[in-house]
Amino acid sequence: MKNYRYVARSTAIAARALGDETMVMSATDSTLFTLNEVASVIWAAADGVTPLDEIVAKKICTQFDIAPEVALKDAETLVEGLAGHGLLLLSDQPLVQPPSSRGEAL
Amino acid sequence: MSSVSGLVVEMSAKALKLNIPLSVQLDLTYRCNERCIHCYLDHDDHGEMTTAEIKDLLDQMADAGVFYLTISGGEILMRKDFFEILEYARARTFCINLKTNGVLIREKEAQRLRELGVERIQISVYSHRPEVHDAITKMPGSFRQSIAAVRFLREQGLRVTMANVLMTQNASDYQSVKKLAEELDARFIIDPTITPMMDGDRSILSLNVDQAALQQVFRDGALVGDVEEFCAPPRGVDAEALDMLPCSAGHTACYVSPYGDVYPCVQFPLPSGNVRHTRFVDIWRDSPQLKEVRSITLREMPSCSKCTHGATCTRCPGLAYLEGNMRGPSSQDCEKSYARTGIPSENYKKRHASPQSTQSLKLVQIQGLQPAARDFSAKAQEASPVGA
Repeated sequence: MKNYRYVARSTAIAARALGDETMVMSATDSTLFTLNEVASVIWAAADGVTPLDEIVAKKICTQFDIAPEVALKDAETLVEGLAGHGLLLLSDQPLVQPPSSRGEAL
Repeated sequence: MSSVSGLVVEMSAKALKLNIPLSVQLDLTYRCNERCIHCYLDHDDHGEMTTAEIKDLLDQMADAGVFYLTISGGEILMRKDFFEILEYARARTFCINLKTNGVLIREKEAQRLRELGVERIQISVYSHRPEVHDAITKMPGSFRQSIAAVRFLREQGLRVTMANVLMTQNASDYQSVKKLAEELDARFIIDPTITPMMDGDRSILSLNVDQAALQQVFRDGALVGDVEEFCAPPRGVDAEALDMLPCSAGHTACYVSPYGDVYPCVQFPLPSGNVRHTRFVDIWRDSPQLKEVRSITLREMPSCSKCTHGATCTRCPGLAYLEGNMRGPSSQDCEKSYARTGIPSENYKKRHASPQSTQSLKLVQIQGLQPAARDFSAKAQEASPVGA
């Protein structure tokens, strides 16, 4: 059972959209990741105040042909994986983003 | 799952396809607290961009897709607003590398750099011998201060590269500098090329190391890896090689000077626009100069396309431009190809058969953008048939 509802991009990253994908590098250990189109939508929407299930419902299920429960499960796997690398923060409370972590041209 | 280097190659290929400037070097200032004998810059301030102008440029670059940002100079910490600029750049989530001499980096600065999540800091170290390093920088005590900076940065867990530029003064020191880097847990890189000054003055080229020193470097397995492979004879030019692009300059990378001038690369000073007059992304997409650079493949190079080294040469188009023809050979790279393989290029043979030609090379003087833009088509037409 997941113990979080909100997701926010960490400030300890470098990131940029590249077409419909996103490059993300951990500032901690320089590991580079690329996010595909769907993951990039979640990344861009991870503002710390929009619940993950709302992101999936409004941003994923409306743009991609995927069942809501499957989309949410995949999204949870994604954000937990990215959180494991320190790229995303997960919380059961809204995470107020400092001014330095605004979304990037996504 | 792709390896990191595989991902970088993949992302670079995608950036090339989408015409995105993935990588930019931004020089904040040409002012410096050192006066290195081999430096290619004029250290006076001719009107640097203000803090506000640089922040606006960073916004424009982020929106254009720039991911890798190298902040360099001059000495970057000569700008009082350096940390304000760096903080702003990190807020726009650039992956940031810094180039500095480290003289102004102490514990407090190192700690701030760590807090801001800088990817890597490159510090120039010319010798393990303080007197040699300080004679090159013309700043007494600079060796001690630069090495102290490396220690402060490493104590913060930051990744540090010690860059060793080879010249006649320090040609025999690189192995000891490499050892010093290992002791300090820093990466070591070596650059055996002294380049002309940005204003076209080639007098500092006399500092370049000779063939024997180059050959020693290129046959040092600790530096180049597999020596046999690195120094293998050239394999000639095939059809695939003819369509090769020279390097990333102007293709996925460019350079912005402290005055807002955009060039394909810091080593390729072809004026291509100025961000004080034109938006960065418009220069990147529409500059006739950058379009010209992008149009040049090996096939378009009259001399290099026929050269046996064509497919494997490290030819720098910027150095070729500084010799007067961006489609021509870069004689310094001809020297390096010879040092690697022992096989001279035609250009190398020609230059060494008539040393006088070295002195009569046309100099490309840096000029304001407008005159350069007006002259560009004429220059291109003039330059092309000359070849090598």
